[in-house]
Amino acid sequence: MSSYAHHTTGEPIADTKAPQGPIADRWDRRRFEAKLVNPANRRKHTVIVVGTGLAGGSAGATLAEQGYHVVQFCFSDSPRRAHSIAAQGGINAAKNYRNDGDSVHRLFYDTVKGGDFRARESNVHRLAQISVEIIDQCVAQGVPFAREYGGLLDTRSFGGVQVSRTFYARGQTGQQLLLGAYQALSRQIAAGNVEMHARTEMLDLIVVDGVARGIVARDLITGEISTHYADAVVLASGGYGNVFYLSTNAMNSNATAVWRAHRRGAYFANPCFTQIHPTCIPRTGDHQSKLTLMSESLRNDGRIWVPRAKGDTRPAADIPEAERDYYLERIYPSFGNLVPRDIASRAAKNVCDEGRGVGPGGQGVYLDFADAIRRMGRDKVAEKYGNLFEMYERITAENPYEVPMRIYPAVHYTMGGLWVDYDLQTTVPGLFAIGEANFSDHGANRLGASALMQGLADGYFVLPSTINDYLARHPRRDTVDDTHPEAAATVRETKERLERLLAVDGDRTPDSFHREIGELMWEYCGMARSEQGLRKALDRIPQIREEFWRRIKVPGTGDEFNQSLEKANRIVDYLELAELMCLDALHRAESCGGHFREESQTPDGEAARRDEAFAYAAAWEFTATGTAPVLHKEDLVFEYVHPTQRSYA
Amino acid sequence: MKLTLRVWRQRGADAPGHMASYEVDGISQDMSFLEMLDTLNEDLILRGEDPVAFDHDCREGICGACSLVINGDAHGPERTTTCQLHMRSFADGDTIDVEPWRAAAFPVVKDLVVDRGAFDRIIQAGGYITAPTGSAPEAHATAVPKADADFAFEHAECIGCGACVAACPNGSAMLFTSAKVNHLNVLPQGSPERETRVLDMVARMDEEGFGGCTLTGECATACPKGIPLPSIAAMNKEWLRAVRKGPR
Amino acid sequence: MALATRTRTSAPSLWGSTLGKKTVMAVSGLIMLGYLVVHMLGNLKIFFGADEFNGYAHWLRTLGSPFLHHEWALWIVRVVLLAAVVAHAVSAYQLSRLDIKARPVKYVHKRRRASYATRTMRWGGIILGLFIVWHLLDLTTLTVNERAWVGHPYENVLATFSTWYGNTVYIVAMAALGLHVRHGFWSAAQTLGAGSARRERTLKAIANGLAVVLFAGFVSVPVAVMTGMVN
Repeated sequence: MSSYAHHTTGEPIADTKAPQGPIADRWDRRRFEAKLVNPANRRKHTVIVVGTGLAGGSAGATLAEQGYHVVQFCFSDSPRRAHSIAAQGGINAAKNYRNDGDSVHRLFYDTVKGGDFRARESNVHRLAQISVEIIDQCVAQGVPFAREYGGLLDTRSFGGVQVSRTFYARGQTGQQLLLGAYQALSRQIAAGNVEMHARTEMLDLIVVDGVARGIVARDLITGEISTHYADAVVLASGGYGNVFYLSTNAMNSNATAVWRAHRRGAYFANPCFTQIHPTCIPRTGDHQSKLTLMSESLRNDGRIWVPRAKGDTRPAADIPEAERDYYLERIYPSFGNLVPRDIASRAAKNVCDEGRGVGPGGQGVYLDFADAIRRMGRDKVAEKYGNLFEMYERITAENPYEVPMRIYPAVHYTMGGLWVDYDLQTTVPGLFAIGEANFSDHGANRLGASALMQGLADGYFVLPSTINDYLARHPRRDTVDDTHPEAAATVRETKERLERLLAVDGDRTPDSFHREIGELMWEYCGMARSEQGLRKALDRIPQIREEFWRRIKVPGTGDEFNQSLEKANRIVDYLELAELMCLDALHRAESCGGHFREESQTPDGEAARRDEAFAYAAAWEFTATGTAPVLHKEDLVFEYVHPTQRSYA
Repeated sequence: MKLTLRVWRQRGADAPGHMASYEVDGISQDMSFLEMLDTLNEDLILRGEDPVAFDHDCREGICGACSLVINGDAHGPERTTTCQLHMRSFADGDTIDVEPWRAAAFPVVKDLVVDRGAFDRIIQAGGYITAPTGSAPEAHATAVPKADADFAFEHAECIGCGACVAACPNGSAMLFTSAKVNHLNVLPQGSPERETRVLDMVARMDEEGFGGCTLTGECATACPKGIPLPSIAAMNKEWLRAVRKGPR
Repeated sequence: MALATRTRTSAPSLWGSTLGKKTVMAVSGLIMLGYLVVHMLGNLKIFFGADEFNGYAHWLRTLGSPFLHHEWALWIVRVVLLAAVVAHAVSAYQLSRLDIKARPVKYVHKRRRASYATRTMRWGGIILGLFIVWHLLDLTTLTVNERAWVGHPYENVLATFSTWYGNTVYIVAMAALGLHVRHGFWSAAQTLGAGSARRERTLKAIANGLAVVLFAGFVSVPVAVMTGMVN
């Protein structure tokens, strides 16, 4: 068995930045207690921001507005393409415009509870407070939110919450919010306050004397390896869902920035907390390169079913009502098709594992609108879901008005990420992580329409306030350049890694390894995890890693536009991150939120949380590749929201 | 399906390019066009050849990265992005020509990848509302008539892919520029910068080397997001208004 | 701390922008179009005999009298038209140069694009330019007219349309004019910001109507001469 599983437990870790006192006053107090940088001195401070999604784009723009010199990076050809753009549903805010009983406290409560009591209360409360300002900010930027005929903003209820607090711009809320941040960033680029490096990927973090001082990056067009130095480094590089190969993430979303930071000393928290979204379009074959999500609003009117009998290959229309199993309605009579994401996902997996799945490979369940069409009429259904039906038909060539949709769960979001304190600073001084890149405010499960809220809260409001304190307390020390031994070593290691990838000249493509590790993770560290499976995965991963370095084939050179080299280099990091995810899932012998351990269930098959043993965030310290990491526990204290077991039966 | 692909290959910005022929076999109707190219690239890598470079990212039709001219059409025969084009739009035995976006303002980087930085610079010239973080008034302080909000949204849908430029015989960026001008200029929040925005963005568009608009309508036909052609007329109106009034 | 971000705006220059040049084209085109409508209506007087037609030609020279001196009105029109033609042609030339430069590499896979009227704007424009030169030499300066009888336009027109090449040149040019107006009018409306989704159909209908009316009106004269209706 892999020795990696024999991790040790180190000193506990605690957030020392959140002030004490009433939770509603903590953010104000923190902002007051934080030291400020004299506006005239700000331009002397350089801040590196990696990533231009909602978090990175809004942070870069805001820091530049404050007067800092921002140097920003994205691997895309333009900062406008970050994957935040694909978020459909909306953004939550406790505006209470509907007068339906919403409040900051309720959003805070819903988020802590939705996260299955594995999030830090102070952070979540701050998020709920800031949610209100985000909407104001975005409207001022010209984000075209949906409006009522009176000209005021429209909201809808989303993801099973009982208040209508989700602001949206048709099915393209993420796009509109991202473009708002991108435009704010563009304004600062034009003003010379942000130095933007597009098509440039961060490959490592430069840590000098234990402090983050810069990054090593590769120009994706020329292949040139460059170094960039700063007074602080902000990672806004997104989540790591692509470790599963198939996910709803963009093809180029990757874990390299956070993983390299982890290797340089930043603790990685709760890596096993991944969210699996129940309503994705199933894969059609081995050629599948990514999965597409459809808004979960479809579950409001669609009915989910599979045939009663195993291996029933009749077309849906030929299966009589009596031979259909509306399994969610059967198992969860009170919530039915509207059970939370994790429960709906697991139930789909179970029926498919029983051999009752539909579509190619039996990896799918029906989402049937026949009843809704009968009840509401086709026009009403089209009005509500027309664009989703259209998207489904474009991808599958099946008409959902006539044939039931097929859906299957897919990896969608990662709640885990770099451990950060209340100031969003990692365990490496000077290194901050925002948005999906940090372990965030979502605990073990994220609520719908909360990712956009968190990304923008971090970028527009939290980081720009807290980074001041760091920069003020650590005035510019000696400048670091390429001649510094630690910087030179980091550059050398990066170059060597790329050269090694190019030198193997084996017989397997980068994608073939990515697919292999992804399938392994989906199998053993996906919707349901067991000790046995996780141990199997932990045995297998080092073997794949060894094979990777023996058989990888990367064509071309490092001095040119080389997409195979980019991919291969990202896989190097997936092959290590996957191992940590499995270990984290193995050590957390409880079920909570998106993490379901088969050994920890209630008698009726629901997730059983074990607060007495696992009410902590697991922050892992890197030691060496393939060597067991050290676990640092951050105990979670619930003063305001008392943990209860979820029940949806 | 078995297909013959003729793909534009060009090693770098200054290198000469040519159309190269490849046979691909075992293509499923359910594949997206990009998955078909993935299949080709897997073969090429194993054969020790350089895979075809192309831009792509979200593969769900919203990021605007993918950018192929397929049989002379930007994004191919369907009105969608390349990533959402599926192989069922083609027949077994077809020969398919794949070329990069062609425009002086979009120089080729490699193979099918072009540099669309000019679009970013047009936005930088004025495609924003000056609203520093923290300075925003309460969101409901200004009501926006629903018709205006819908008009803004219709234009804000632009994904910046550049299909309009690729399809235009003049390599003009009018549809792209007008989409952003109209989105922001119709909103009350965008009104203080209404004149400077359109003047600066149009000036930048010209400086970037895009051609002029002859209203052939090719841009709107190619646009995967359906930005309508009258968007251009609406920007012209804004521009003439701004010229009359002068920048405020 | 104020961070200036709008530093670029300079005084807008009509001629310095592609949109400005397009505006010049649109305005000059509409001036010429207006003139053509009047010109075409005047031409129809030929159906009412030599006296009426020649009388009309004479009246044109006394237009505005006694306020304006003999032929002043005519010269004002000529100067305005000349300016319009020059502005139209120069901006067309400069815009075309830019457009060609903006798309230096053509697609290997050729596909028919846009409507015929749209695709033929440039060549159509050149044909019309050459036609105007011939037309002036033929019926204004009478340099190339077979009859060249000063003060008797009716007879000169008949002379032009009694030759096969006169008819051919004229009819081809009028066809080019129809196509040019069809796209040109609609395009000018868009350039001047009059286009919108709502007005789209109306504008297209007006453009098509103008094209047909101008073509039919102008061509009716040579047809009438050829068929002997006018002699």
